Amino acid sequence: MDDWEKLKELKVKYDAQVEKVLKKFPERRPEFVNTSGIPIHRVYTPLQMQDFDYAEKLGMPGQYPFTRAVQPTAYRGRFWTMRQYAGFGTAEETNKRYHFLLKSGQTGLSVAFDLPTQIGYDSDHELARGEVGKVGVAIDSLWDMERLFAGIPLDQVSTSMTINSPCAVILAMYLAVAEKQGVPFSQLRGTVQNDILKEYPARGTYIFGPRRSMRLITDIFAYCTKEVPQWNTISISGYHIREAGSTAVQEVAFTLANGIAYVEAAIQAGLKVDEFAPRLSFFFNSHNDFLEEVAKFRAARRLWAKIMKERFGAQDPRSQMLRFHTQTAGCTLTAQQPLNNIMRVAFQAMAAVLGGTQSLHTNSFDEALALPSEQAVQVALRTQQVIAYETAVCDTVDPLAGSYYIEYLTDQIEARAQDYIDQIDRLGGAVAAIEKGFIQKEIQDSAYRYQREIEKGDRIIVGLNKFQVKEEAKPADLLKVDPAVGDRQVARLKELKATRDNSAVQTALAELKSAAEGDLNLMPPILKAVKSLATLGEICDTLRAVWGEYEATAFV
Amino acid sequence: MTEAKKIRVLAAKPGLDGHDRGIKVICAALRDAGMEVVYTGLRQTPEQIVAAAVQEDVDVIAMSCLSGAHSYLFPRVMEILKDKQIADILVLGGGIIPDEDLPALKANGIAEIFRPGTDTNDIVKFIQDHVRRN
Repeated sequence: MDDWEKLKELKVKYDAQVEKVLKKFPERRPEFVNTSGIPIHRVYTPLQMQDFDYAEKLGMPGQYPFTRAVQPTAYRGRFWTMRQYAGFGTAEETNKRYHFLLKSGQTGLSVAFDLPTQIGYDSDHELARGEVGKVGVAIDSLWDMERLFAGIPLDQVSTSMTINSPCAVILAMYLAVAEKQGVPFSQLRGTVQNDILKEYPARGTYIFGPRRSMRLITDIFAYCTKEVPQWNTISISGYHIREAGSTAVQEVAFTLANGIAYVEAAIQAGLKVDEFAPRLSFFFNSHNDFLEEVAKFRAARRLWAKIMKERFGAQDPRSQMLRFHTQTAGCTLTAQQPLNNIMRVAFQAMAAVLGGTQSLHTNSFDEALALPSEQAVQVALRTQQVIAYETAVCDTVDPLAGSYYIEYLTDQIEARAQDYIDQIDRLGGAVAAIEKGFIQKEIQDSAYRYQREIEKGDRIIVGLNKFQVKEEAKPADLLKVDPAVGDRQVARLKELKATRDNSAVQTALAELKSAAEGDLNLMPPILKAVKSLATLGEICDTLRAVWGEYEATAFV
Repeated sequence: MTEAKKIRVLAAKPGLDGHDRGIKVICAALRDAGMEVVYTGLRQTPEQIVAAAVQEDVDVIAMSCLSGAHSYLFPRVMEILKDKQIADILVLGGGIIPDEDLPALKANGIAEIFRPGTDTNDIVKFIQDHVRRN
């Protein structure tokens, strides 16, 4: 106690000193508050941590509540998976990019699909015009999927696929490719995003309504638990919620609220929590506020562990572990002075590493201008390699733990996220909160506030509203997607439909239809349809005919 | 005497792109600047956008596309407007749009393209200066 008294004396002296200094040199702002609304004090000392219970709040790495790390040795054992999200044009072009990335030392693949694929339309659909191959690779059938992974043995890589509403179809195509390669499903490693709930408020690639979509998701959980045991069946994503404008606290809260909804749905579908929960994974954003981001990852880990243990009674520690992928914040990239983005990405990546991410995508500096060029992607990947091999931050586990400020922020984020989760519970859970527009409104308000801060000059973005230059050098070699890619996909679809066994396709689609009308697991009939060479669009249309489509309400 | 009539804007998301942070922020900014804003929501075809513009009797169409499909979608909207002989609507575009696409879009009649980093006050001012009203 003597120590506390001494400390309090020091603090009194310090406060007096500050008062004097402030008279001559006022601080930059009357008060400091971060974007999540957390007040930031002038200095943090052990006085704020008098009641801090190390064992309860932090524990050891690899132990409940996993605040410090999910794994006892963390990066001393193995670095995170370096995984650059990539895909554009046709399967052949994207396959070439994958070979380039693997040759450059990337350790996992991450597939970006174009919008028609993500919304379950074939490339020849009217709504696909202008969109084919633009934001990702166009996949219409198993043929395309085989070309996408040509020369890549699927037992040697882990593959992440950003696919949501038609996730079951794309996963089935991947399984069919593995089968052709002679790789048993039990050896496949990877992740499907499969997170429909964030599509309604944040990302927009929904097909069916939330309640129908939940069935597809739990069918995937059930199927993979048995058949593809190493597969991460969902990547519950805060990334897009943050990109849509949320704060760090909202990102954690809305993501974990969605996670709760998935766990509840799976339990309702008859699964046991410890059977499927170890394969749940997460996906977060890493934004500009460096220390808040580090704390955010730690807070999310602790909060999820408590939810799984206390709310769902999960016993298996793996069910309590929040494992996550991170991507640096695309929305922080500027079109102005784009080389500055390299620095932004490096700081954001460092925050993700200090926060203990399991895998990481670093954005390319030219992404506010176009899809990334090969050179820009290489710089982005090298940024991760520099952090891993040169900065030595990976040599001890969770090196920022115990910092008075980091622990304060971690506590604050956890408590404020918990408040939101309570509020969402009162609204009836995440699905109801989305249907009522609550999540949308919260995100939009934060986005607008952020924009106004920039426009008023309260928030400085270097090169954008301060330190501008008149004549800017634009990076050369921006990637341009060949506009003929749409025509090539359409021609390939024609060829497919002319050469496949169309009666086998019809039989498979009819079986799928009756499965969708009943309550059998949909993965086996979808796999059968995919192997019969039914297209993605045909399979999704079959489900649309039974379930209808989601009618979005725009909340503005 | 027509001063009381507010500028009416249709904010639209053509195509399949789901990035709506930008357009929603612009909706809020235009409203704060005293305009009436109707937002279409996601996944609108060019036909739907023009139909909504006619039905809502707007002075401005503001389209946002971040998926790279602008070169097809924006001119398609202009084409339909031309077919319907609608010339008094100010049409704006926004999104991740490379330099080299600008001349063609403007030649099609898109009055201005706003790209990442634009101050919403500049958009407000542009609309006030260029809106074609009697």
